[in-house]
Amino acid sequence: MAYAAGVDVGSTQTKAVLVDEKGTIVGRALLPTGANVVQAAEHAYREALTAGDIYEEDIGFVVGTGYGRYRVEFGDTQITEIVCHARGAAHMFPATETVLDMGGQDTKAIRIRPGGDVVDFSMNDKCAAGTGRFLQSAAAALELDLAELGPTALRGVRPVTISTTCTVFAESEVLSWLARGKKIEDILLGVHRSIASRSITLLRRVGIEGQITFTGGVTKNDAMVQVLNDMLGTTLNVSEDSHYMGALGAALFALERIHKGRTSGAGKGVAAS
Amino acid sequence: MNPIENPIVGRGARDGSTLFRNWFDQLTHVAENGEHAGYVFVMGSLNELLHTFGVHPVFPEINSLQTAVRRVADEYLNLAEDHGFSPDVCGYVKADYALQLRGGEHPMGRIPPPSIAVLTNACNTYLKWAEIWERMYHMPVVTVDVPGSRQAPGRYTPTADDVARDRRYVEFQLRELIEHLEKLTGTAFDVDRLREVLDVTNRMGRAWRRVLELNRSRPAVFDAMMEGTIYLGVANALRGTEEGARFFEDLAEEMEYKARHGISPLLDGRGEHRLIFVGVPCYPIFRRFYQLFSEWGGVFVSSTYTWFASGGLNLDYEYDLSRPLESLAEGVLLSVQRAGDSMLFHDRYLIEAIDEFGADGVVYHPIKSCRTVSTGLADSRRVVLEERDVLCLYIESDMMDKRVVSEAQLKNRIDAFFEGLDSRKIRMEKAASAAASAKSVSTPTA
Repeated sequence: MAYAAGVDVGSTQTKAVLVDEKGTIVGRALLPTGANVVQAAEHAYREALTAGDIYEEDIGFVVGTGYGRYRVEFGDTQITEIVCHARGAAHMFPATETVLDMGGQDTKAIRIRPGGDVVDFSMNDKCAAGTGRFLQSAAAALELDLAELGPTALRGVRPVTISTTCTVFAESEVLSWLARGKKIEDILLGVHRSIASRSITLLRRVGIEGQITFTGGVTKNDAMVQVLNDMLGTTLNVSEDSHYMGALGAALFALERIHKGRTSGAGKGVAAS
Repeated sequence: MNPIENPIVGRGARDGSTLFRNWFDQLTHVAENGEHAGYVFVMGSLNELLHTFGVHPVFPEINSLQTAVRRVADEYLNLAEDHGFSPDVCGYVKADYALQLRGGEHPMGRIPPPSIAVLTNACNTYLKWAEIWERMYHMPVVTVDVPGSRQAPGRYTPTADDVARDRRYVEFQLRELIEHLEKLTGTAFDVDRLREVLDVTNRMGRAWRRVLELNRSRPAVFDAMMEGTIYLGVANALRGTEEGARFFEDLAEEMEYKARHGISPLLDGRGEHRLIFVGVPCYPIFRRFYQLFSEWGGVFVSSTYTWFASGGLNLDYEYDLSRPLESLAEGVLLSVQRAGDSMLFHDRYLIEAIDEFGADGVVYHPIKSCRTVSTGLADSRRVVLEERDVLCLYIESDMMDKRVVSEAQLKNRIDAFFEGLDSRKIRMEKAASAAASAKSVSTPTA
């Protein structure tokens, strides 16, 4: 059986996904990207192989995606994460017409056709406001672990208003609210609402149509999911594998190439590069 | 001989480059000899009146953008910011301000100080910019107030009386400008000389429009964002000169030849993605910016820059030599109004261009430096997406300031745009193939 692989090298984390001939996920891995992008891609790929108990020789095609896609040296081709997230979302939630991907340094709103073809997309400008990095900054200011952010924010009742659009200044704004005696949970709820608001602006730019699928690392944050649901007045499609959506899309493109017979033979693994 | 080996191919780029360099050499000569220099802007330049009086035109916008193309803009911008200019102020203004502080020192030569500045209200910044020179040099600044469009095009068509009133208003101001030029040069206004100058501008305009029109060919014959901008420089600098008119007549001949022989600016034009560019190019990485598109087979078949920054040469208007001054006023009126419309209300023009040039996509490039040219692009994009089956890309950077140009982010968005264009092409080919099959099934065989 031939398998296909997608490796999504993001600014914060690197994800690898393996799929079988039906497009079902059979292996996955997630690692911090760190400074050595090439190594991160290789390690994530190998971990996914181990997790799926699949031999490297059985991988027919590898697609690299994410900011570090050109550093997936064992990859057969590269595709942007915008297109990969769209493809993954359409596969996992076929009624998807709009995708919101919130990653470490990018947030993307993507409008798609059935099947995942991108009609339009919009991304945050050259600034990390409205991205996962904004949350990291707030977590640092409050001396909280990232995993604590969501549950803490969900306890918030009276969210503060975070007005800055600068991630660095957000830290000072958080501290100024603390100094004014505001509760941590209210501050955090305000941070989540601020990010959600910027993401919704991106969504409106491309036009909010049909079902919205939420992808990227921030999908792990329940508070963000709830705030977005409340502010959008809908329920976003989210799955346990939403974090892997870019890598899944890349793997599906790889599978498509296998089906089209475009592989260049055996040895598609790291060892062959 | 392979048609592509004919020396006519690439002649425009070579000659344009030589003419442009000579033009800067001439500016150096003017600076060194203390001759009169008239500062003008690309929109509503009134270059023709300066030529009539033998005053050398200087285009501060071109000087500034050349510092970015030559990769030294940061030196100029930093100097201006050291003097208190905000990072948000127009990069063209700041680079020019620093240029003046540096005594006209420029990577292309030496720029003479202004003896007079002539401007219109085509851009708000022009007004404040000229005040800087006024304070620095105590020279005359003549601002021609040109009535703009009252409403978005299509909603209101000016009557003949409206146009005549506006024209008379502009013409009156041109007469005031002539008085200033007579005083500056000590030369009486010669209407026959103006007629000669307008005549060569008419020739240049005719050829320029032909060049633009020839890009409807498949494959396209030049890249309107890259080469078009170079041609635009020549069009502005040498407007009203015999060599400028001849350059564009030769260029039209070159493009005719390329169209006849299917010669594309890409290595392989068969798979081209035909695009329209909206805005001002990213000069700090000009060549790379172009490559980010051309590497994917993208070619800009048209560019709004060649509309609003060509001083009206793109319009189907020719000066009436039997009434030169009145006609010049009419031309300025029309060109400034259309330049404003091309920046602010371009959705209708874009949709026409998409149809005429067979475009697959539109690239919007708002820039931090210029809110005027960037305002309304999001609305335009929405209209275009609603009305035509094309893809739109919205990328932001700057025409001068490298600090806000992120090549990695640009590339990511551009790559995704082309991936979408590839999918669109496949989808359209499938649809065309299905339509052809349906037709063959329904057509009875003989």
